Amino acid sequence: MSRSARLVVFLIGAGCVAAMFAVAFFKMPAFGGSMHLYRDLAVPASVSHYTANVVASVNFDQRAIDTLGEETILVASVIGAAVLLRPAEEEAEMRPKAVGRTLEATKLAGYLLLPVTLLIGLDVVLHGQVTPGGGFQGGVILATGLHLLYVTGSYRALDRLRPLELFDTGEAVGAAAFAGVGIAGIVVAGNFLANIVPGGTFGQLLSAGTVPILNGAVGLEVGCGIVVLVAHFLQQDIIISAQAEQAKPGGSSEPQAGERVGTAERS
Amino acid sequence: MSVYPYFVAAWLMLVGGYGIVRSRNLVHAVVSLSVAQAGTYVLLLAVGYQRGALAPVFGSTTKPNKHVVDPVVQAMTLTDIVVSATVTALLLALAVQVNKRQGTPDPDELQALKG
Repeated sequence: MSRSARLVVFLIGAGCVAAMFAVAFFKMPAFGGSMHLYRDLAVPASVSHYTANVVASVNFDQRAIDTLGEETILVASVIGAAVLLRPAEEEAEMRPKAVGRTLEATKLAGYLLLPVTLLIGLDVVLHGQVTPGGGFQGGVILATGLHLLYVTGSYRALDRLRPLELFDTGEAVGAAAFAGVGIAGIVVAGNFLANIVPGGTFGQLLSAGTVPILNGAVGLEVGCGIVVLVAHFLQQDIIISAQAEQAKPGGSSEPQAGERVGTAERS
Repeated sequence: MSVYPYFVAAWLMLVGGYGIVRSRNLVHAVVSLSVAQAGTYVLLLAVGYQRGALAPVFGSTTKPNKHVVDPVVQAMTLTDIVVSATVTALLLALAVQVNKRQGTPDPDELQALKG
């Protein structure tokens, strides 16, 4: 199909979808109204479980099984990306040479912000039940913070500080801990993912029962998962396919190509 | 004006679809899909919004009350964002592979997919 024909088909379809949206929108409750039935049920349920952050209560207590599925999707995606990005048979792994330069200011900012970002990430994970935040958000901050090392221009430092096997294990442990808390709920209270831990004091760090435990599990899983994911993309960037090299004689397309360190075995 | 945010959501979804249709690069197509998915975030948050209401997070200054925006759709938006991120990661990995195998990131030049 030619580009213009495809565009015409899309515009006809989009016009129909837009018309149906318009019909639906004018029959929906007006924006900003005060009728929210789910809100009226979720807020008392959250308060009765000593959870100050109602969103965290919905995610990790009232609809925790949904979050288990969400977390499993993340694990599956990381596995899928790792499989897709593994080095192929004909590819050689190249060690990046220290080429290009990083501004001193960038390096300084990176090294100064590394501990700060990791602390903020931990803070966001730990306070998920009392303030906005939680395992997903905190985990992403932790993983991003680690990659400040890459921004400072030192892939080797990142490589040393990032034992991938450990992060692979961390991801699995985080995902398993979530399911483990759920099974503990069956054993103790008879319900999967039941909130079995004593509630604590409303609005304090120790509150909300299982919510902070599940937040920690998710934080571990998301943080490790994102690190593994980014690692595979970075690795892909420094791996140059042998075919591409043959196609373009007299130089490689990547600026950081360095000495060849041997053919990567298929894993 | 009471339906305006809903139309923003629909606009984002359709404009994302337009980006995919007109795409000359697989990475561009993946980003367009993210734009289309952003429409669902806007729709969910618009459904849960209440004028003058506070965030559904209580503390020493905000005692528990029911005059807050809907926390359920906010939790669903979080799920939505996580799913979007995982889909983006997988599609980008596929785009890397396509570019390596076929030598082009342009979806129009992928001969095996021509129909």
